[in-house]
Amino acid sequence: MSSKLRTSLVPYLLSLPAALWLGAFFVLPLLTILGVALMTGNSIDGWTLTWNFSIFSEAISTYSTQFGRSFLYGGISTLVSLLVMYPVAYWIAFHGGRFKSVLLFLLLLPFFVTFVIRIIAWQFILADDGIVLGALKDIGLIPEDTHVLSTPFAVVAGLTYDALPFMLLPLYVALQRIDRAHVEAAADLYATGAARFRSVILPLSAPGIYAGIVLVAITNVGDYLSASILGGPSTTMIGNIIQTQYVNNADYPIASALALILMATLMIAMAVYARIFGTRTLQEHVG
Amino acid sequence: MSAAPATLGRGRRPSLAGPLWKRAMLPAYVVLVLLLTLAPILVILVYSLNQAPNNRISFSWQGFTTEWYRRLFEIPDLTSALVTSLEIAALSTVIAVAIGTPAAMALARYRFRGRGTGDLVILADIAAPSVVVGASLLGLFVYLGLSRGFGTILLAHVAFNVAFVVIVLQARLRDIDPALSEAARDLGSSPFQAFWLVTVPVIYPAILAASLLAAALSIDDFIITSFDAGQTLTFPLWVYGSVKVGIPPQVFAMGTLIFAVGVLIAIAGLVMARRSKPQA
Repeated sequence: MSSKLRTSLVPYLLSLPAALWLGAFFVLPLLTILGVALMTGNSIDGWTLTWNFSIFSEAISTYSTQFGRSFLYGGISTLVSLLVMYPVAYWIAFHGGRFKSVLLFLLLLPFFVTFVIRIIAWQFILADDGIVLGALKDIGLIPEDTHVLSTPFAVVAGLTYDALPFMLLPLYVALQRIDRAHVEAAADLYATGAARFRSVILPLSAPGIYAGIVLVAITNVGDYLSASILGGPSTTMIGNIIQTQYVNNADYPIASALALILMATLMIAMAVYARIFGTRTLQEHVG
Repeated sequence: MSAAPATLGRGRRPSLAGPLWKRAMLPAYVVLVLLLTLAPILVILVYSLNQAPNNRISFSWQGFTTEWYRRLFEIPDLTSALVTSLEIAALSTVIAVAIGTPAAMALARYRFRGRGTGDLVILADIAAPSVVVGASLLGLFVYLGLSRGFGTILLAHVAFNVAFVVIVLQARLRDIDPALSEAARDLGSSPFQAFWLVTVPVIYPAILAASLLAAALSIDDFIITSFDAGQTLTFPLWVYGSVKVGIPPQVFAMGTLIFAVGVLIAIAGLVMARRSKPQA
């Protein structure tokens, strides 16, 4: 019996260290900020748990603009990166030939540049007297007072650029997996290029679209670096607010409430999204 | 395959290749996206080679120089921030691999109560927005009265690296035959010996890949670190701080070097993987 017991304990012992670490430094923090959100006080006199549930409605009403903006910027950048990368992933998967791996590697190169420096490079490209605008102003193509930095466009552009490699990977994997015989069969049945794409390639690549959207949307809605380096006071996202409230203002309850609301909203959005698209994708694939 | 329908049908079977303008347009578009992708990388490389009389990067081209690579370590704060980043990357990778590998074994090889929860936590850890992960950790540290610094950054980095290590190794472990380690057990080795002498050598390339991914994620992380660093500065935090006061050209030189090292390691890995394929 003891030997049997020992074998049944093996998986628990193997995963114990990682489980403890993730429990203590990923799960527990999420529970802690639920408690912190319900506290009142200040960092000098200390905090007391007062079950102040109104903090959540207060957080939403005070920062509804920034919440809305985060989902708007995150949504637009996700959609644009999908539209930009889908044809690229398609071409590489179907017509890349011997350049397939080289092209993929080149398109994934941004991964190797430090995140912060990547965004700073865009600041250089988009600055008022920077590489693009400076040159265009010099030749008189655009007025001297044109500016792009601190506009929503700059922030969304930064978010979109960062999303490109993350979008490419799942799209490519899904398109690469499509059995070419299906496409040829459609052609044999006189399906035109557009029809082949609409009724064969697009539905079969749906899992990649789904994965790409989830991956990019969560990252971009919660991002604050693009808004902070490429944006201005009118482009503040919810991530910026959480960061300032937590780190600079030490207003822990409101920052915790905001983080929890962001997490909950994203989880609900993803669950609804999975309900609508995820299951349909699965059905199309299995049944 | 198209011969039969072509004689039966009225029209021509549409060609798989499509019309010429389409065949030319799509590759041109791919090249355009590629240029867009590479533009910021080129900017970083070019500006790391630009003269800067007042030691701050300016937008205008001042002339070619390799000065910043020669004076790479001349800013003590920047150098120590880079060293901190490298130390945290190394330590968090070692710890994450040490505790993540057995966990990946358990999740890939055994059926046990709590496995589903384990998979879910791992996925949630990867999918959760960094702002929430960073902020909630800071919440815990504040609640416990733990002062922020090197230690808390390390705790945070291991926490996100473990999940990636488990995901990468789990995928590899599912591919290899469990009979291998069972054979070792039949020949009288202890589970630990079977793991160390049989499984580890087989999954070694995956462990290497997971380590590189973990180290890269750690060096790159800005958002989570910005919450849990206190007064300690990592390379990304230092660079972010310099944006407001003017960026010294050394930052772009280091950025270029980090990029080059990463690319070289990746290429070496790909070449090694291609070479070992025929045997596997």
